[in-house]
Amino acid sequence: MVQERKIEEILPANTLRTRVPQAEVPREIKPAPSRFRNEIGKYVVHRSSECIRCGKCAEVCPYGVHVFKPGYKYFASPKNHLCIGPACEKTDHYCVASCPKGALKVADNPMTEGLGDYRWTADMIMATWKMAQTGDVPPEEYGLQYQCGDSGGGFDRLMFKFPDKPPVELDEDQIDTSIELNKRNDGRPKIKIDVPWYGGGMSFGSVSNVTQLSKASAAVAWNTFTCTGEGGYMERMRPYDDHVITQVATGLFGVREETIQRVPIVEFKYAQGAKPGLGGHLLGDKNTVSVARMREAVLGISLFSPFPFHSVYSIEDHMKHIDWIKHINKRALIASKVSTPTDVDMVAVGSYAAGTHIVHIDGGYGGTGAAPNIAKKNIAMPIEYAIDKVHGFLEAEGVRDEITLIASGGIRTAHDIAKAIALGADGVVVGTSELVALGCVRCTRCESGRGCPRGIATTDPVLSKKMDIEWGTQRIINLYNAWHKELIGILQKFGLSSVGQLRGRTDLLMHLDYSNDVEAKR
Amino acid sequence: MPEKYHIKTQPIPPRRPRVGKYGVVDWREDCARCHNCVKKACVYDRYRMESDYIRNLTDVDALYFDCRGCFSCVQDCTKGLLCLSVNPVYEGMGNRYWTPDIIKTTWLQAETAKIPVSGAGYGGPFTGTGFDAMWTDMSEIVRPTRDGIHGREYISTSVDIGRKPSFLVFEEGKPTGVFPPLLSLPMPLIIDMSPAQYSLPDLGPVIRQAAANTDLIAIFDPSDWPFQQADQQRYLPHVAFYLDSAAPEPPKEVLRKTRLVEIADDGKVLERIKKLKSIHPDIVVAVRIELDAKGPRRAIDLAGFEEVEVIHIAADLNGNEIGTKNPRFIKDMIREIHTALIEDGTRDDITLIAGGGIALPEHMAKAIICGADLVTIDLPLMIALECHLCDRCEPGMPCPAKLEDIDPDYGAGRMTNLIAAWHDQLIELMGAMGMREARRLRGDVGRAMFFEDLEEETFGRLFGTRKKN
Repeated sequence: MVQERKIEEILPANTLRTRVPQAEVPREIKPAPSRFRNEIGKYVVHRSSECIRCGKCAEVCPYGVHVFKPGYKYFASPKNHLCIGPACEKTDHYCVASCPKGALKVADNPMTEGLGDYRWTADMIMATWKMAQTGDVPPEEYGLQYQCGDSGGGFDRLMFKFPDKPPVELDEDQIDTSIELNKRNDGRPKIKIDVPWYGGGMSFGSVSNVTQLSKASAAVAWNTFTCTGEGGYMERMRPYDDHVITQVATGLFGVREETIQRVPIVEFKYAQGAKPGLGGHLLGDKNTVSVARMREAVLGISLFSPFPFHSVYSIEDHMKHIDWIKHINKRALIASKVSTPTDVDMVAVGSYAAGTHIVHIDGGYGGTGAAPNIAKKNIAMPIEYAIDKVHGFLEAEGVRDEITLIASGGIRTAHDIAKAIALGADGVVVGTSELVALGCVRCTRCESGRGCPRGIATTDPVLSKKMDIEWGTQRIINLYNAWHKELIGILQKFGLSSVGQLRGRTDLLMHLDYSNDVEAKR
Repeated sequence: MPEKYHIKTQPIPPRRPRVGKYGVVDWREDCARCHNCVKKACVYDRYRMESDYIRNLTDVDALYFDCRGCFSCVQDCTKGLLCLSVNPVYEGMGNRYWTPDIIKTTWLQAETAKIPVSGAGYGGPFTGTGFDAMWTDMSEIVRPTRDGIHGREYISTSVDIGRKPSFLVFEEGKPTGVFPPLLSLPMPLIIDMSPAQYSLPDLGPVIRQAAANTDLIAIFDPSDWPFQQADQQRYLPHVAFYLDSAAPEPPKEVLRKTRLVEIADDGKVLERIKKLKSIHPDIVVAVRIELDAKGPRRAIDLAGFEEVEVIHIAADLNGNEIGTKNPRFIKDMIREIHTALIEDGTRDDITLIAGGGIALPEHMAKAIICGADLVTIDLPLMIALECHLCDRCEPGMPCPAKLEDIDPDYGAGRMTNLIAAWHDQLIELMGAMGMREARRLRGDVGRAMFFEDLEEETFGRLFGTRKKN
């Protein structure tokens, strides 16, 4: 067994020389209200011209829906997103009932029909916004159904079987949500992250500078990681080096020896869940001056990362790549990101044999900046099946405890994270939910023209100014905090003192479409 | 290297206003008239386009709905006066099978000839019925058959129609014996007769032109074909006549210029094949079998006859079994027939064309994986002409797409664009699967994952028996 060495001993001299002071970001929960004037809520409050501005509504409403600013003649527009809707009727602070003139009306917001989709329902998007705003799970009275989407399968039909009373009473601070990323005893650092998730790879080019840096500084606050994607390593990312995973993908955009040496984890991207077997594609419009410079490419042309690595046609070739990285960066852990074909279990075991520390499986319904619709819908299996398949196979091969299994591709909430772990993953990678926290509405227009109209997934100089890093960081820190609380709540109900104990506990799950009597079936 | 199959395309904009999914309702009352109005900031410049549209309006039956649903203006308006809504016209298009999303994506492909691309992950249901209950596979890192995005020009989508000898006999180094006629199409697609409600006078020439542009074959009722046209020579190789039992045969000299003919399954199939072959020995004859309750059995039985070389099974327009209460879906009927033919040892003697319910390019790939050699396309070509599938095609009823006014170049161009986009998407799927030959895709269920199988292997093992719907 190799003895673990200190980072200073194994860092190459040139890396030590170029190291910059690392950023410190406090894990502080502060309100980060929406950057839009009219936040969308589940309900709308209508005020008619009957209103005599008596102020009674503002007085009774404990949520702050009605705002009458001193010095103004009229009420400001109601803050619809704070209204809890018809649930308020039964309370003694229902504004509609309190209004002496009957000038108020509360109704369902018809706009929610146009928001979201089967996987990300309007409720889930609004709840994620709330979490990003407050750092806490949305209070029950808002009636937001955010634990599950409406896709009719997979995570959306899996539920936890919570016992009436936890078998062991545990305090929140007795519960450990951290996971270890290096399970091999190979002398490389035992990296531990405080939460069982890290941020997914989004290249500069697919998302803005501000988005990338917000993700990175939230990763520092929560002692986890973010990933550069394959679009190169921005100099401005250097203060976050210790919390960055850099990606080596088939296009090798911006990959240099020096960038490999900066980071504690290097990820090989073989395939991406949204476009498995097709490679990456940055449309010409998004290849702006700064992107072209970073990627050392010609301005305005479409950039392809081909599929697959043309130097990897076998596990032995894969091993050669891993050895190359391990040699260049002696402290790095290796992650291999693969998609979910029918033989994903074999790929995972092969990857283990080649010396990888983390096998990251990216399911068919994952996010992306741009992918052919036909690929997103049809190619490769959903992650729910793949987690179980890979976990089971690694166990059968007797190597499960020597490799970290990370799942991604459709992980939206803390409940999804817990379900993925219960199915057999060690942790997950999240991407879309961070973007939703930054104000994404999933209009699916990330790729066209100037890019994201909300200024998140764009490199357009005007659009990307819609957001600043401080706000973005706080939104993601808040979201992580809400998830962390929720995850602890789940573990507490089961009396589990660490998230590691949840791994592979399919007995704690039930499926709404099944009889859930597997013993009888056997 | 032989010439590569390439369909020439050019963008052809729609004639009618686009029916988009979203619209913004503007409660103008109480507007503060800000000089930095959010409407000016629309990334897509939708508001300016809308007012241009209204200014030039000549036709009041179409509203303007081209909002992309980003909510930016709605959320930024000083007074909160804008409200996003889902367009009821959009939601009302098509039916449960031919959803508005299918219609919209088909329009887009017919306009641009490009593969539809979007950002964010897939937002649809986890799974569905029919073709949506299967996923195609991809090859990760270890398959030598695939060669990446740069190798797509090496993927062949050609398929053969007709009987192939199962072995060759050589005499003095040369193959001997009779070789049955065999025709090759550059992609596994045949244009089927358009549904009865589209009896438009200009449709025939448009479809013929599209078949010629794409080097495919279109099936026609000979009564719709003006035999005396001067340009017969050009189009006849791209036409297959469908002869039902009552139909008069087309003139011999016309028939001799075609490569494929289709006959109805009317009890006299074998004699008719013989007769057609006596007129034109090099013609391939397909037998069309309607997939009613007896259809699959009939297809399997018919495949046992030496004279039968091609079977075209046709479900209804939604891909369902015809005339039954609990219809089976085309995917399952293809699998049944394909498997039975393998068991009978006749699969390689027969070309199986499957049609009905082929709405998207992935259906083409999936039907082939299930066991068809090639598929037919029908309604999508009508949707390419901006049809809404409103199902009100009666005389006197206004057609929202004004199909009676189509220009032949526009029509053939849009259909050509659509077929080109389908071809490119088939290559995408095959590229991901690591397949270089559409012929080898037939019946290769190992390149697909079926919902039922994955559920049983995973959740069935963990959670017991799946409840019936």
